Amino acid sequence: MADWLSQNGLLLGLAALDGLSSAAAIFMVAVGLNLVFGVLRILNIAHGSLYAIGGYAAASLGLFLTARGLPAWMSLPALVVAAALVGVLLGPLIERLLLRRVEGQEPVLQLLVTFALFMVLEDLQKLVWGVQPVVSDTPVRLLGNVEVPFGADTIPFTAYQLFVLPGIALLTLVGLAWFLRRTLAGRMIVAVTEDREAARAMGIDAAKVTLLCFTAGAALAALGGALASPTASLVPGVGAQTIVLSFAVVATAGLGRVEGAAVTALLIGLGRAFAVYFEPELEVVVPYIIMVLVLLVRPQGLFGTPETRRI
Amino acid sequence: MSRTTEILLALAAAALVLLLAWAVPWLRFVLTIALAKGLAVLGILLLLRAGQVSFGHALFLAFAAYAVAFGASTIPEALILLPLAAIGAALLGLVIGLFVVRYREIFFGMLNLALSMVFYSLLEKFYAITHGTDGIRLPPITFAGQTLGSEAQGWAMLVLALVLALGFGALVRTYLASPMGQALAGIKTREARLEFMGASGRSVLLAAYVLSALMAGAGGAVLAMTSRHVTPALAYWTASGELVFIAILGGAGSVFGPFLGAVAYELTRVYAAALVADAWQMILGMVLLLVILFAPGGLWGMGRALLARRRAA
Amino acid sequence: MVAEIVPPRASSQPDNASQLHSVTRRAALLGAAGIGSLALAGRAAQAQPAKPAEIKVGIATYLSGPASVFGVPGRQAAEMLFDELNEAGGIGGVKLRPIFVDEGPGVDHFVGEYRRLVQSENVNLIFAGISSADCLACAPLSDEMKRPTLLWDCGTQRVFEDGKYEYAFRPQANATPEVLSALLYLLRAKPDFRSIAVVNQDYAWGRDSWDIFRTGLQTLKPGVRVAAELFPRFGATDFSTEITRLLALRPDVVLSTTWGGDLDAFIRQSNDRRLFERSTFVLPLAESSLERVGKSLPAGHIIGARGDHWFLHPNPADPALLARFTENYRKRFNAYPIYSTHHMAQAVFAMKAAYEKALAAKGGGWPTDAELAAAFRGLEFPSLTGRIRIREDGQGLEDQLIGTTVNTDKYPFPVMTDMVVFPADTVTAPVGQKSLDWLKTLKPEMVQAMPQPVAFKP
Repeated sequence: MADWLSQNGLLLGLAALDGLSSAAAIFMVAVGLNLVFGVLRILNIAHGSLYAIGGYAAASLGLFLTARGLPAWMSLPALVVAAALVGVLLGPLIERLLLRRVEGQEPVLQLLVTFALFMVLEDLQKLVWGVQPVVSDTPVRLLGNVEVPFGADTIPFTAYQLFVLPGIALLTLVGLAWFLRRTLAGRMIVAVTEDREAARAMGIDAAKVTLLCFTAGAALAALGGALASPTASLVPGVGAQTIVLSFAVVATAGLGRVEGAAVTALLIGLGRAFAVYFEPELEVVVPYIIMVLVLLVRPQGLFGTPETRRI
Repeated sequence: MSRTTEILLALAAAALVLLLAWAVPWLRFVLTIALAKGLAVLGILLLLRAGQVSFGHALFLAFAAYAVAFGASTIPEALILLPLAAIGAALLGLVIGLFVVRYREIFFGMLNLALSMVFYSLLEKFYAITHGTDGIRLPPITFAGQTLGSEAQGWAMLVLALVLALGFGALVRTYLASPMGQALAGIKTREARLEFMGASGRSVLLAAYVLSALMAGAGGAVLAMTSRHVTPALAYWTASGELVFIAILGGAGSVFGPFLGAVAYELTRVYAAALVADAWQMILGMVLLLVILFAPGGLWGMGRALLARRRAA
Repeated sequence: MVAEIVPPRASSQPDNASQLHSVTRRAALLGAAGIGSLALAGRAAQAQPAKPAEIKVGIATYLSGPASVFGVPGRQAAEMLFDELNEAGGIGGVKLRPIFVDEGPGVDHFVGEYRRLVQSENVNLIFAGISSADCLACAPLSDEMKRPTLLWDCGTQRVFEDGKYEYAFRPQANATPEVLSALLYLLRAKPDFRSIAVVNQDYAWGRDSWDIFRTGLQTLKPGVRVAAELFPRFGATDFSTEITRLLALRPDVVLSTTWGGDLDAFIRQSNDRRLFERSTFVLPLAESSLERVGKSLPAGHIIGARGDHWFLHPNPADPALLARFTENYRKRFNAYPIYSTHHMAQAVFAMKAAYEKALAAKGGGWPTDAELAAAFRGLEFPSLTGRIRIREDGQGLEDQLIGTTVNTDKYPFPVMTDMVVFPADTVTAPVGQKSLDWLKTLKPEMVQAMPQPVAFKP
């Protein structure tokens, strides 16, 4: 063991760096879904589509800025602006037109509404952005690289990957935690998450909270896509692949727990990175292995509380 | 609806399927696939009675399909392969079921999804054996010892699928009416009450789960012997989503629902693909949205409502 | 554009589709009647053929999912070439009509679509498809339904090495020459490399192509160390961990047969982190990504195009043909044609040549399906860049072009220099031999025997 460590210690360090940035990306993919699931109790399959649309919108806005010859630094706030736009435009639309109409119906119907929406959005996205991969990498170029020492060697990392992604993920985590605990709107959301009926009885406008929450979730999904857009190439089918990962995170984390999503993302991110270094064939199944292991030990997820049994 | 009416209706529907397959040769294949998926959806329906949605049942379908593909080189006989593959799927269902019936709702759905995705990854990983996404082509197989021409084989598979559909349909109908079936509904409403009465929610769900895996396995075997080519895509999560889609499209209220839904789904997909090759997905999504918003009982529920209205008038 | 694709004839189709939503008895009857009328249009496969009113071609391509980056350009090329053919009077005076189907939903759906194309649309030929799984599934089906089928883009060498078909043909090369030529080029360009790492997509093509490359490498240059074998998820968007590991390992060569959005992302992220400075990349499919990645792909790396598909081919057989195609395609679709458009052109040209051959053999009489199929065997036809011959086993013999990237002021993306055009028969496994067995019999001399590289002429 000691031998192995001394040989691979440096590599472990590199893997940890990779794992951290990849965890940040995974957290951003899943946190919106987690929030929506917590409040609406709907597993939103269209989350993957919102992620893809957020990415496409951000790339389009970035390309537009570059084409207009606007300063490169604007491409960074453009990511957030694009995501917010997608959230504010699509979130209320979906919530009002579709989800509200199946409120209180069987969970499977609610789930399938989002599945149907996913199918529609997949094709719509293709009609708008076509099938050729889209990317706008100004933000990565803008920030340049950081050299990380590795023995006698140095390994270049992009500052975007090392600082911006984890930074925004951390901001989101802290911001959300603060919002949910310290603001009135946030506490209303928590109240609805914990007990919808009781919250209603206390005079909380659950409909408003739901709308707010879904919009926020949509914007976060879009932000996940937007943050990935400077390095990833967006192609048809991105949504379908995103959704599986975010589902695994939400189920592992426990219902609607933001901190749970963060810890799960960290587990998966690090697990994947170590897999790539030491057992590459396992990389693809890491999220599922972690999920199954966690649920074996804690059936309600990492941060979930066991549901009280209704009689 | 009386028992006799249901039997007559089932036979009439089977005759209609045969008639349609005879009148329109290329539909024979589509209808066989639809019935095969209908079998798997019958299992989804069973779990839906307990309020549980499996987002990974394509696992059992794909498992049986691959079992047939691998088994066909040693035992090239459809009538042996089919029960073997289905029982294999049921055994897998038992093993997985022992684990997943401890969970409810989202966790139940997600664990099923995760396990089917693991199976999907395994099919890719063991490339040397499975040929990954290229898939496996089935060698020629006999039917009751007879080597059939492709035409006759197509008919044999359709009839086999029909027989299975009628048989399993009747079985599930009986099962749901039995105490075991009634107990499933108990899981949905108040599981604790069920247990106060001395029934174990887990064993009730496990029995249904194994039966559903068996049916998905039978469907997968028919599917493999019909399309004669299996790929890992059979186990991808969207394939499982499709099964749940069909369950709701057809209507979860009756054993007719899965087959009605599967036929409607396959036909919609084929016609949508023929009309607008690059937006069939959107059309399917719209159809599903309309059904959920305006006819949550599915096609079956819609048909019954229409019938009831006509009787009332 | 949709109007062109939807066959105007089938006026009963919309009724059928819409009536699926309701199940009243009347609607069901109407629907059945409508479907029945479609079936009546059927014809027996071997009936004595009269000259048809039009030649219908079913074309399976990806219109959804990640592979639509090839599928949609393929369809665009088909639309353009069918238009051009029809303007010139069609084939034997008969106009042509393409009917497109999406491969996206998977094999079991595709097999149904194949039957529909034959039995309901009565297509005369089928072009299928991009997915190797679809080709493996439809080659036996073509024999069963006796409809000539061109495997227009799929790469798996297994189709004709594991099976014999009367009606299926491939008017282009397969994975073996595509990968082997890149290996030969690498051995010549960088003879002293000692270690290699592979980053391929985790699906059949990624595994198959690595098998071919590794087998060839072990035969021609044993002792090269394989530093890492990485198979990221198909559709992966983040390669940063893989890249870090490669940066630390410093292999001399990085091989990746990745394509589409995955390849774009891999190239960009490798460039951002200067991996291109540490290792020489071999990217046999990079031609299809050049215009999108632009100068993120630096000079000095080895790229290919699954054939000799290159709009700046150093010595095309018919320079005017290539220039006209490139120009027309650019004008109509605002992009440089990539290899899948060349593959589509080859299918169209093979079809035209086979019809002409069969017509001539029959003294102008219209060929049956079997006669048309027979015409493909041994057929020689022009591609956009050279000539292709379909061997007796149905496999096409197509030259392979590999080059090294170079940046010029003329294009906003790298182009190829030091181009080598490998003659098809030197890099393709002979009839009746399995690729992996044949690769083990290669001799190191073949590296020396390869043609001289041709530099890019500005």
